[in-house]
Amino acid sequence: MKSEDSPMESSICDRAASMCHMAHEHHDHDGHDHEHGDEHSDIGPMDLRVRALETVLTQKGYIDPVALDVLIDTYQTRIGPRNGARVVARAWVDADFADWLARDATAAIASLGFTGRQGEHMAAVFNDADQHHMVVCTLCSCYPWPVLGLPPTWYKSAPYRSRAVRDPRGVLAEFGVQLPASTAIRVWDSTAELRYLVIPRRPEGTEDWSEEALAELVTRDSMIGTGLARQPGAAR
Amino acid sequence: MSYTSHADLGGTSVPGAIVPEAESERFHAAWEPRALALTLAMGGTGSWNIDASRSARETLPDYAQLSYYQIWLAAMEKLMAERGQVLPDEIEAGRMLHAPVAVKRVLRAADVPQTLAKGSPTERTATEPARFAVGQQVRTRAAQVDHHTRLPGYARGKVGRIERVNGMHVFADTNAQLLGEAPQWLYTVCFDGQALWGQDADPGLTVSVDAWESYLEAVPQ
Repeated sequence: MKSEDSPMESSICDRAASMCHMAHEHHDHDGHDHEHGDEHSDIGPMDLRVRALETVLTQKGYIDPVALDVLIDTYQTRIGPRNGARVVARAWVDADFADWLARDATAAIASLGFTGRQGEHMAAVFNDADQHHMVVCTLCSCYPWPVLGLPPTWYKSAPYRSRAVRDPRGVLAEFGVQLPASTAIRVWDSTAELRYLVIPRRPEGTEDWSEEALAELVTRDSMIGTGLARQPGAAR
Repeated sequence: MSYTSHADLGGTSVPGAIVPEAESERFHAAWEPRALALTLAMGGTGSWNIDASRSARETLPDYAQLSYYQIWLAAMEKLMAERGQVLPDEIEAGRMLHAPVAVKRVLRAADVPQTLAKGSPTERTATEPARFAVGQQVRTRAAQVDHHTRLPGYARGKVGRIERVNGMHVFADTNAQLLGEAPQWLYTVCFDGQALWGQDADPGLTVSVDAWESYLEAVPQ
């Protein structure tokens, strides 16, 4: 819709969320308001609407505009799935911590510094050979923010929310994951204020790995239950 | 029924693929982080609670056509308009046209880290014993209700068993209607796949929901 909205800019922003982050800090740079393909027509109007809202809310004294930048920075750089990966890695190397996590996940996770909004009441569920856990919120997009950050688009999408409770094995296939038929699937629908963190199985051959190295194997999807932890040596 | 939620999607047929996404991909348009921050900042004024917010979102007539942050914005505009805080003509004009309405508090930049780290816990001190115990069979409410609720349609009128007793929590149904927190015991109720989906359910599948006590009735064992 705008001359600057070139394919090259789109591909840059597709790859790096940080570029999108930069874009919002240049409010006067209209040209960078591009979008992903099919939402293309939303570009201009949505940007103008959000800007209008921000102006009106600021003029009315309801919000502190500087707080917006702090909020965005928090969820862009501080709170994300690497937090959860630290919880999982600790549980893999420390049986006492794993036990605490099973009994009182909120306290165990808080001991690593992860607390608060959308993770006030946590539960950890542990995958093993017999049972695989998967988390969904069929009613909206409830998700454990302090350990996983903001939910990915698919987690909030109607296809995932509709299918996860009915055909989780089919959902796993869409993520390229196939479990043995002998592994039963347990789905947790987050319908109240409990938030669930899946503790994936520790990959074999990592017995002598450090906690930090193990955390690198823990993917976001493995902590939702739509994926497995990375195998040692697997491409990222 | 005058209350219609468009968000109760579990078990329904929705076409379309589930598209995996890289962890680094946090937002998909420049306006989305601003929309997120505006929503959190206005939530911080204490003008509504999270249940009222979910109710405003799920009742948007065009819910299915909107992206997630568009849903958030539309619901926030609805909540603000209901309270006379911001009117549609102001959003159109892009500036204040009507006098502000007093809000309880303003989320200041310096308070953001502490506010997020604290969150809004919903557990309340227990004032009565829990009616159900772990392992007990229960049946969920079969009837639809004419207000915001957190019992998904697929889990209505089903028999499951109590798996966890999670303390007394703010009751979403009343809280969303601004009728008070009215805390109730909250249970994790687990269903066999076949109880929900019949004979063609995945063998071994179990699905749980978190259900407040008034959603449940005892089943004679």
